[in-house]
Amino acid sequence: MPIIRWREPNYSGVVLDQLQKEMNKLFQDFFGESVYHYATRTSAAGVFPLINVTEDKEKIYVRAELPGINAEGLDITATGDSLSISGERKIVSEGDNVKYHRREREAGKFSRKFNLGKQIDSNKVEAKFIDGILTVVLPKSENSKPKQITINK
Amino acid sequence: MADSKELQVKEKAKVPTTGEQTKPGLRFTPAVDIFETEKEITVLADMPGVKVNDLTIDLRDNVLTLEGDVAPFEGPDEKDVMIEFEVGKYWRQFTISEVIDQSKIDANLKNGVLRLRLPKVEKAQPRKITVKAA
Repeated sequence: MPIIRWREPNYSGVVLDQLQKEMNKLFQDFFGESVYHYATRTSAAGVFPLINVTEDKEKIYVRAELPGINAEGLDITATGDSLSISGERKIVSEGDNVKYHRREREAGKFSRKFNLGKQIDSNKVEAKFIDGILTVVLPKSENSKPKQITINK
Repeated sequence: MADSKELQVKEKAKVPTTGEQTKPGLRFTPAVDIFETEKEITVLADMPGVKVNDLTIDLRDNVLTLEGDVAPFEGPDEKDVMIEFEVGKYWRQFTISEVIDQSKIDANLKNGVLRLRLPKVEKAQPRKITVKAA
């Protein structure tokens, strides 16, 4: 199953897209479908946090991994067809008498805004934050929902 | 903290595999902080999506193993639109050089972060031995 990359409306990297397509095809031919599947799953925007977007007929789901962030510290705004997630990850000091062996976890602010590609009903957006994973559920507006069209006889 | 910096994207690091795996699925190394005081060693590990019951902490022969399962959280009817991060298990192993008091180990999982306290075994208290006169 191909993954379609989301991009800005004024995106200009057409040449890179072409290159990516060709590279994907090379990998696909050589390694088979399964590797191709993983090869296309790369970070598109390179902005924290990384997000996964899925949809069903009624709703769009946006998920992000945000370990160690309090739900109160998250700011989520949905308007029309876009969603923004911002906040700050704080790492509390463990005191002056500690000796660090590893320090890989980072603190800092983040802010990301992206286009959902479809109109949503911003009054009915729900968000939950469980075990460090943020899930935002955005119901599609009536116009964006797929409609079965029957052919008149 | 006066000037807070912007968080940068870090790709989840895959566990380098030694030998073949018997279970399918991806494995990632969680980012950790490890620090030590006179009394204890503390491990903090980012494991988003891991529930308390799916976390295994094992300490034997000075080797600490952290393992966390993540249940897929997408619904059956959802189709991928844009996928930037992958979901899989977390796995990481450390050698602990201190002797740890196994009975006092304390683990806490909150908002996807594990906080593991490993208290060191208390040093034998100096004790004065009095010799009784016969």
